[in-house]
Amino acid sequence: MKKYDVVTTISYPKKGAMGKTGSWRVFRPILDKTKCVKCLRCWIYCPEGTVIRNKDDTVDIDYEYCKGCGICANVCKVKAITMEREAKKK
Amino acid sequence: MTVMIDTGNYIAAKAAVMARPAVVPAYPITPQTTLVEGIANYVKTGEFKGEYICVESEHSAMCACIGASAAGVRTFTGTSSHGLLLMHEMLHWAALARLPIVMCNINRVIGPGWNIWTDENDSISQRDTGWIQFYCSSNQEIFDTVIQSFKLAENKKVLLPVMINYNAFILSHTSMPVYIPEQKEIDDFLQKYKPQWKLDVNNPITFGNIILPVDYEKIRKDMQNSQENAKKLIPEIAKEWKKKFGRYHGDLIEEYKCDGADHILLAMGAIGAESKVSINNLRKEGLKIGLARVRTFRPFPNEEILKLGKQADLIVIDRNISIGSEGALFSEVKASLYGKSDTKVHGFIAGLGGKDVTYNDIETICRKVVEGKAKDCEWYGFEGGGK
Repeated sequence: MKKYDVVTTISYPKKGAMGKTGSWRVFRPILDKTKCVKCLRCWIYCPEGTVIRNKDDTVDIDYEYCKGCGICANVCKVKAITMEREAKKK
Repeated sequence: MTVMIDTGNYIAAKAAVMARPAVVPAYPITPQTTLVEGIANYVKTGEFKGEYICVESEHSAMCACIGASAAGVRTFTGTSSHGLLLMHEMLHWAALARLPIVMCNINRVIGPGWNIWTDENDSISQRDTGWIQFYCSSNQEIFDTVIQSFKLAENKKVLLPVMINYNAFILSHTSMPVYIPEQKEIDDFLQKYKPQWKLDVNNPITFGNIILPVDYEKIRKDMQNSQENAKKLIPEIAKEWKKKFGRYHGDLIEEYKCDGADHILLAMGAIGAESKVSINNLRKEGLKIGLARVRTFRPFPNEEILKLGKQADLIVIDRNISIGSEGALFSEVKASLYGKSDTKVHGFIAGLGGKDVTYNDIETICRKVVEGKAKDCEWYGFEGGGK
């Protein structure tokens, strides 16, 4: 990392610059691949880049960094993504 | 070198343009208006080749300064009173982001009651933003301080924004002769700004990102260290200027006839200049009195004031008040002495709302203290309306 003469806040872009943000998640997006029509709306709308686009336009979710915001489930036209609570109530 | 006879605002505009900033975002407010008009005129004449942005508010002006400075270029603006207060959030941001923005603030009263005359409550209320604060007492000092401030702000040991304060109308709209060096001489003194980092689309970084408590503390400590570094650099830069141009206005304070004094008056801005007349008169009367004009309120000249406090009793005139406490300079002078000197300190509130403080008034204040008739803290010349 580059050294500066004063202390200030600069962040260089890299994967997980703020740590493993997947631990923030309360709701987990669950993708039902049988319903997915490869429209890629979830991939476009995900604000964190945690919807991974495969070569055949199927998608996977990177749970290490997904914060569980639910946008992907909201924009999915075929309801292939559902949000499920991470820790079930006892 | 040429002599230019003009008002404080037009002199500040000349200095700002000669420092070659790349961006000047500005929003007009009385009594700063002629400063930004002056710069706008240099756009027309072609002397100012940077970007002049007419923004929609002072908050936006400071935001644009922050954006431009973060993009790695020299940036200047000016404001006053309510305009400065509207910038408040962004003043903190500029300092925490370590951006060497230089700004003139023309000290004007805060309303209501609506009033465009001078007092220092506008800038004093911004003292904790991390900005370095100068208080000028002549148009020549305004010119010299603007140029010097870029050098100070951009020094890698400082990297903090600088606010140059001067009194509304008394300086902003009063013409005085000012020595203006040649552009080449200024260019030699003030090298091109080389940022350590900048916003750059080809080398993307996030600026001002989220950080954890343990790291945030380091930022505050580093700003404090940088203000301490500025204490050493301000005299160095002033000395270099004196060597090059023959002019000198003092370091953190300007001492005037302090030798052998048993009373020393402390004041800022135009009252500091007016006080020299009073000191001359009082010295003629045989009073052993001197003046320490405080040039920088941040960093605060603790060491210099302690030295004076060990020599003499101190008289402080504040053209501001921290309501519920006392004059800001008075408080900080006493804090500088605490536990190290038991000298007497007398505080006076004078000239609020732009009320004149003449050399006669200053002499009256000084005599009252020397004759032992002054209270610890009082309002000078308060006229009716209260107790």
